[in-house]
Amino acid sequence: MAGAGTLSAAPAARGGLPPLLRRLLQVVPVLFGIATLNFLILQLAPGDVVDVLAGEAGAATPETMAALRQSFGLDQPVWLQYLRYLGQLASLDLGHSYRLNLPVRALILTRLPPTLLLMVSALLLAIVLGSLAGILAARQVGGWLDTLLSGVTLLSYAVPTFWLGLMAIVLFSARLGWLPSGGMLTIGASHDGLALLQDLAAHLVLPAVTLSTFYLAVYARLVRSAMLELHGADFIRTARAKGAGEWRITLHHAFRNALLPMVTMAGYQAASLLSGAVLVETVFSWPGLGRLAYEAIRTRDLNLLLGILFFSSILVVIVNIAIDGVYRLVDPRVAPRARRA
Amino acid sequence: MTMTLLEVSSLRTSFATRSGRLGILRDVSFAIARGETVALVGESGSGKSVTAASILRLVEAAGGRIDAGRVSFEGEDLLSLSPARLRALRGGRIGMIFQEPLSALNPVQRIGDQIAEAVRLHRPLSRRAAWGRAVELLSLVQIPAPGLRARDYPHQLSGGQRQRAMIAMALACDPALLIADEPTTALDVITQAQILSLLAELRDRLGMALLLITHDLGVVAGVADRIVVLYAGQVVEQGPVAEIFAAPAHPYTRGLLDAVRLDTLTPGTALPEIPGLVPPLDALPAGCAFAPRCGRADARCRSAAPPMPPGGARQAACFHPLPAPLPGGHAA
Repeated sequence: MAGAGTLSAAPAARGGLPPLLRRLLQVVPVLFGIATLNFLILQLAPGDVVDVLAGEAGAATPETMAALRQSFGLDQPVWLQYLRYLGQLASLDLGHSYRLNLPVRALILTRLPPTLLLMVSALLLAIVLGSLAGILAARQVGGWLDTLLSGVTLLSYAVPTFWLGLMAIVLFSARLGWLPSGGMLTIGASHDGLALLQDLAAHLVLPAVTLSTFYLAVYARLVRSAMLELHGADFIRTARAKGAGEWRITLHHAFRNALLPMVTMAGYQAASLLSGAVLVETVFSWPGLGRLAYEAIRTRDLNLLLGILFFSSILVVIVNIAIDGVYRLVDPRVAPRARRA
Repeated sequence: MTMTLLEVSSLRTSFATRSGRLGILRDVSFAIARGETVALVGESGSGKSVTAASILRLVEAAGGRIDAGRVSFEGEDLLSLSPARLRALRGGRIGMIFQEPLSALNPVQRIGDQIAEAVRLHRPLSRRAAWGRAVELLSLVQIPAPGLRARDYPHQLSGGQRQRAMIAMALACDPALLIADEPTTALDVITQAQILSLLAELRDRLGMALLLITHDLGVVAGVADRIVVLYAGQVVEQGPVAEIFAAPAHPYTRGLLDAVRLDTLTPGTALPEIPGLVPPLDALPAGCAFAPRCGRADARCRSAAPPMPPGGARQAACFHPLPAPLPGGHAA
């Protein structure tokens, strides 16, 4: 019994590097692979930015187009373009958007905050409401509330996001006039302070709710099944035997343990949330990365698109590293220096 | 046997199964006096744990239902208590510990927090004071460096330490009764002995009664005052430990005792066992539930269930109880 403390030292220092740094180094080949795939797949798409520019100009001679291609470097062989692209990435340069005539990095950084705001709001909404629905449904399995919530979650799981967005606009903006139908701020109304926040919040409601519905359903089902699984757990019985009330048992003991699968799920969802944002931002003309990506595809602005894709993959990687950190917080058993008896 | 602390009478508990309700406890009665240690023994599936869980009405959350009977504790009928009063008793006047301490402790909360919670659920203490009490309790159950261990999570402790922590939690509010549901089953033999002697020591020190649930008669011998033998959801025999060990009256008790008296064996002979299996509870024989496995059973045993004789320190529900042994006689 006294020997429990003696096994402690071993597992922490292996490899010599701090864990976070080691994790970041592991990510480099992954990002290289992603960049390569992105580049190759986009090469398969027909047409380029010059075609679009020429089309928009209304008329362009083959000579002008050739000159443009030459100045953008699009006339060079693919492998040379690829090497040049990798060289740029290595120096953290995402290139230039020839259509918008701005550096890609600057474009991305101005569009990032709205997207983050949308994603985080949607995720929080999904987690909070999904947990609540899951907890309530698990309290009385097969009861009317469980049946109702199961129906609602199944529906919000199945309905396509863009369709839901459009219907929300029809109902809440067009018919009822409660909420703005698109954009992030009222154009021309130069609010400040609290009024600005209110304006932003009003614009945020529909896109955030729309984006969250799918994830809300996922969390509701996840929490419900996790809570049911924990229902018969020995430590729940212990809590009951020491005199804890049902709500305390549910929240303090069961839900605290149901957080573990939720955190895992949140990590997986970072990527799909970002792609969901493309649809929602397009429907609600939300000035974020997703909409920028959509525009880039439409106009064959490959540099911009590659930049967004690469940046998104970095974002997903960062989120997953952060999730690992959160996981250590909610589950002491995976803490790096956990001492085991 | 002066003051009765807990009295269980004619308790019937059933669980819902796919093929209808299944009676797990079929008329269980016994009593515990203040400061007394009673061992509830029987094979797996005899209803020991369900009895323990029925006392605190924990069976209700597990899908069970108490159909009939009375459980009175310090003069209060536990089966008709309000939910609030019941919660006050759970972990307050009655503490309970379980078989597998790793799964019985919340994996994501510190040991100290879990014990402090048990304190704060019943006493108006600040967080800090409750934590102090938790550390005090850990030192009461003889965990070395209690201040440090309180900050540990369950997976960081050894099996014996975990069970000590469980005991500390159950003792948080100085209970008058501690129910220990197979407290040593999941532990190695050395640790078992340590936990048992700790329980006996704490019982004497704190003057509490102990209901010890076990399938291991070896555990019972050193610690308990009285034995209650359970078979297929019924009490078949009860009495003082020394008397029952010396002269079991019920053939089933005799079988259980033979199975642990390995010192009388000659090497190379087969281990003693009770022939046959515990009958499934949904297909019990008409008469005595033990009759199909009993060498002494006759037609009467197979047609009518032997009643438990009323009163007395020694009781056995058997039509053909074993005679008291001859002086100096040897169990054949």
